[in-house]
Amino acid sequence: MTARTFVCRCEDVTLTEIERAIAAGLSDVEEIKRYTGLGTGPCQGKECLSALGRLLVARGLISPAALRPFTARPPVEPVTFGALAAGATEVPEDPSP
Amino acid sequence: MTVAMGRADTPLPADVDVAVIGGGIMGLGLAYHLALLSGGKARPPLSIAVIERSYLVSGASGRNGGGVRMQWGDAGNVRLMMESIELCKDLAQQLGINLWFRQGGYLFLARSEAGERRLERNVQLHAEVGAPTRLLTAAEARAIVPQLEVAEVRLATFNPDDGVVFPWAFVWGYAARAVERGVTLRTHTSVVRVEPLARGYALHLHTGEVVRARRVVNATGAWSGALNRQLGIDLPNRPHRHEILSSEPLKPFLDPLVVDLTTGLYFSQSTRGELVTGISLPDAPDGSDESLTLHSSLRFLTHLSATLTRLMPITAAMKVLRQWVGPYDVSPDGDAIVGPSPGHPDFVQVCGFTGHGFMMAPAVGRLLARWLGLGEAHPMLARWSPDRFAAGGVARREDMIIG
Repeated sequence: MTARTFVCRCEDVTLTEIERAIAAGLSDVEEIKRYTGLGTGPCQGKECLSALGRLLVARGLISPAALRPFTARPPVEPVTFGALAAGATEVPEDPSP
Repeated sequence: MTVAMGRADTPLPADVDVAVIGGGIMGLGLAYHLALLSGGKARPPLSIAVIERSYLVSGASGRNGGGVRMQWGDAGNVRLMMESIELCKDLAQQLGINLWFRQGGYLFLARSEAGERRLERNVQLHAEVGAPTRLLTAAEARAIVPQLEVAEVRLATFNPDDGVVFPWAFVWGYAARAVERGVTLRTHTSVVRVEPLARGYALHLHTGEVVRARRVVNATGAWSGALNRQLGIDLPNRPHRHEILSSEPLKPFLDPLVVDLTTGLYFSQSTRGELVTGISLPDAPDGSDESLTLHSSLRFLTHLSATLTRLMPITAAMKVLRQWVGPYDVSPDGDAIVGPSPGHPDFVQVCGFTGHGFMMAPAVGRLLARWLGLGEAHPMLARWSPDRFAAGGVARREDMIIG
């Protein structure tokens, strides 16, 4: 593998960057996400999360049984503000001073 | 060189001078600045440990919008934030990280007469303190953000020095430099019991370990109440749930962070290109906003989208990518709760920043370290005293709390 192996294509996170995170003592998918930005782009980790999980298991940093995905953030897929605005039930007005 | 940080198996000393509970930006910023002093004027060198229950960036420090502004409603906060923004300019070099710090300004919009008066009062105050805030007409606001619908805007203010950062990098930077200077950083470890000793405290950890500390800093923010109650410390700060979202990344098109005073809507474009936006949401009827559960709601998405697309119609075609939640640690007067706890002078609070701790942290970390390490006073410390609530009544209330 070369230094330019991309694990997360949305956020351009390379294998080298993940190796650096592991070298800094990080071993949890939540902390590696926040250290590298992995999984925070348009696919929301659907592509990269399993690759990261496999790497952590292969390194013996976590057991397959203990491995959990990071918290799923809504919406499931990108939705426009326009479509969401149409679903508002309350009138968005708050006469705060 | 890669510095090892934030491990669950970092050895902890049995005795330390200062134990900081909470590995957020406040705890780590303080530890970093204390360690900087420790090699120099503070005698003898201090041993410092930071203990974090989860992973770093797991709390509010990793969940906020990254806004950094000096447009506040009172001189103390304006001065503090001028200091913080000044520090941000060199912090990337100092911490050896990319802060993604971008000074595109903050644009406040008033659509009511009361809002108009607030902005006029602020500009006058800012001029006295030396902050470069200026009043703008609706047309001038639109010249800065051409996509704004300004028909209802009566007045605006703009401060070009305000800006945004990307919060995650900030916290890692403080952590790495603190560890490099000898701070012990232990993550994934909770403090289950705080036991007062004749001098200091014994911290009992969930692993069975015990750390004795001459002084303990409670930097757990919205989670601080549980620790305080163990010692009978009764403080009025309470957690409040806030939601936020980010959009798909776009090419840079929006310079300032925009705030609509009437709805509490705010939005900015991060250096990563995403629109980052939140709003004051009326409390949910089930009381869930006062809890520390961090679930996202559809109600937030629709309410924010309806408000945003009215103020900035072009956003209707933009896509929401992800939403999440973070807690504000709300103090009744909007001022932080910092200093020796009532009845427990060696148990120090660094809490109650009411959703604005992240932007204040660069200045706060430094001033707190000077106070703890050198005994140096700072005007904000008197105001932030945890004793003020017992004295009965709150003198003032900051009215520039956003979100």
